Amino acid sequence: MSTSILSPDDWAAIWLTLELASLTTILLLVLATPLAWWLAHTPSRWRGPIGAVVTLPLVLPPTVIGFYLLVTMGPNGPLGQLTNSMGLGYLPFSFAGLVVGSLVYSLPFAVQPLQRAFEGLGRRPLEVAATLGASRIDSFFSVALPLARPGFITAAVLTFAHTVGEFGIVLMLGGNIPAKTRVVSVQIYDHVEAMEYAQAHWLAGGMVVFAFVVLVALQWLQPRDKNNASPL
Amino acid sequence: MTHFRLAPLALSLFAALAASAHADEVSVAVAANFTAPMQKIAVEFEKDSGHKAVLSFGATGKFYAQINNGAPFGILLAADDTTPAKLAQEGKAVADSRFTYAIGQLVLWSKQAGYVDDKGAVLKTGDYRHIAIANPKLAPYGLAAMETLKNLGLTDQVTPKVVQGENIGQTYQFAASGNAQLGFVALSQVMEDGKLREGSAWIVPSSMHEPIRQDAIILNTAKDSAAAKALMDYLKGDKARAIIKSYGYAF
Repeated sequence: MSTSILSPDDWAAIWLTLELASLTTILLLVLATPLAWWLAHTPSRWRGPIGAVVTLPLVLPPTVIGFYLLVTMGPNGPLGQLTNSMGLGYLPFSFAGLVVGSLVYSLPFAVQPLQRAFEGLGRRPLEVAATLGASRIDSFFSVALPLARPGFITAAVLTFAHTVGEFGIVLMLGGNIPAKTRVVSVQIYDHVEAMEYAQAHWLAGGMVVFAFVVLVALQWLQPRDKNNASPL
Repeated sequence: MTHFRLAPLALSLFAALAASAHADEVSVAVAANFTAPMQKIAVEFEKDSGHKAVLSFGATGKFYAQINNGAPFGILLAADDTTPAKLAQEGKAVADSRFTYAIGQLVLWSKQAGYVDDKGAVLKTGDYRHIAIANPKLAPYGLAAMETLKNLGLTDQVTPKVVQGENIGQTYQFAASGNAQLGFVALSQVMEDGKLREGSAWIVPSSMHEPIRQDAIILNTAKDSAAAKALMDYLKGDKARAIIKSYGYAF
């Protein structure tokens, strides 16, 4: 029924996009948690520069990130030589390459809400846990993480949504291969360029609805907590 | 005091305005593959005619959409002959201004010297992982590349290795960064002053695919523009043709 509206290629792009966004979100939450924790608590003078590096993808145009990833992950780039010597080959034009690109692109959307949540906790809950005899690891997992839950929800939703909406990097890095690197945003672009406006509308309209639902859901999920002000 | 300083400034401003009064400006949408020759031609055109050509580069399909939505281009130098014909038919361009300013040449190119032989046998024998081809749905060079593969009977063998650029510029980037060992690009992108700039190439014989006729047309916004008319004439002239030819285009 719906296949008459969306072609098999469109559906392949939709599944690929969801796969990419899910994987990126899971990986980023794992990677971003210790990083955000460190940024929230460290007295180190590296805090500023590293915080800036984390924020860079927010400021840089995707063409800059895509271009540099294409060059550094290629045969003449350091990252490309590394992955090749590890037997992984080169990452551009592969799903793995898109995941790496998305990790970079969505990093600030995972780290910043977590960092804010951890900062909002303050030292006190952990000090209390320590006086009750909890180890640092234990108090992190059984006190800090549950308290920072709203931060995790925000981070997960923003990371997922931004990865779904990513365009410039996948266009530059992906090579537009059906069912492998052609995500929804690129598929829409192709439809528009080919003047297939009806198909473009179905996919693009779907994206608008998706983004709206995500943002409304985020507001409902978030408790109105002054310490965990949503970035939206 | 201030009056003395302002007077000469106002005078020179007035002089500049007067000088530019009969020099006109035309904005030109240029197909990505024609970027390099057009930049050279625009400089010469400005010197010879006093008119100014403001250039935008990109995919022909995108220009079509932009023109339909009121983009203020005066001339379209397309990568194909269908888009200008369509614009003329739809009444958005001056039908009798249309002409073929160049015939594009397809080339199989590698950044690596000595990699592509002069018969294109590397397509069959090479152990390349990726070959960059412009999206055949969007770019005439991509379509010509697919026709060539079909002609060689290599479509099934090569297709799994294809990565697509959205236009010929991105396709070149994939090959020039070394991520794709091979690429079907425009000869104009890898040739300068009649010589290959780097790497190795096979100029695909024009019998392998439909000719890549690139047509120019004056758009309605520039119907009465002297600069637009002058530029179209200039493109037909010897000086422009010599430049166009040095980038490997035919007529």
